[in-house]
Amino acid sequence: MVDLIFFLVLLLLGYVFGQRAEKRHFRSIIEREKQLRDILVFSERRIPDEDKLDGTLVCGSVVVSVDFFKRFVANLRNLVGGRVSAYESLLERARREAILRMKEEARRTGAKSVWNIRLETSSIYKGAQQSIGAVEVLAYGTAVKPR
Amino acid sequence: MIVTNIETVPGKAIVKHLGLVSGNTVRSKHAGRDLMAGLKNIFGGELKGYTELLTESRQEAVQRMIDQATAVGANAIVNVRFSTSSVAAGAAELYAYGTAVVVE
Repeated sequence: MVDLIFFLVLLLLGYVFGQRAEKRHFRSIIEREKQLRDILVFSERRIPDEDKLDGTLVCGSVVVSVDFFKRFVANLRNLVGGRVSAYESLLERARREAILRMKEEARRTGAKSVWNIRLETSSIYKGAQQSIGAVEVLAYGTAVKPR
Repeated sequence: MIVTNIETVPGKAIVKHLGLVSGNTVRSKHAGRDLMAGLKNIFGGELKGYTELLTESRQEAVQRMIDQATAVGANAIVNVRFSTSSVAAGAAELYAYGTAVVVE
């Protein structure tokens, strides 16, 4: 009985704080995306007119954790299969945040565009027993500015 | 040292290729950070400690790659890629590799 109450409390805490954190994060992402809109990002490798430019590598990364509620929902979803929207929003958040951090670094170097952007996702585990569910997203590319 | 992840260095011609250079580092997290991460696992949100740790380690991997390139006499590294893999529970390997070149 105590276990059940403990579990429900954790679930509630995860739901309340997790949803609030996610909403706040999305608001801040949308806000910063507006500010950084003038920095263009391309996945194209060839840069036009590249002899008039200077390039350097820029990276941005973020580690985002799942909350108790999301994990519970995902476990339930595992039974029947299908879209796990709890994790979709988590990954979307992480990816947009990583790209934003990369853009911020590009702005610090004075660049106007970033080329050949690559995204890499990896999960972080502590171990099977007391596993920590977290995902790291790294975004990197070549920022160029006129010389 | 100029580092890019495209095949060329913008605005400079590549004179000589010197082959693959790489740098790696294996890091684990200390118990305090793991404790915080465990808590965060209930509430969700960014794990700032881990973000910092991985960023630092990645910079170290890049630095080792640059050191190796300097040792072979290169002045730029092109086509840089990163990869992350977890070796054992609690430890991650960060690896950076690219082609060392001489530009004019």
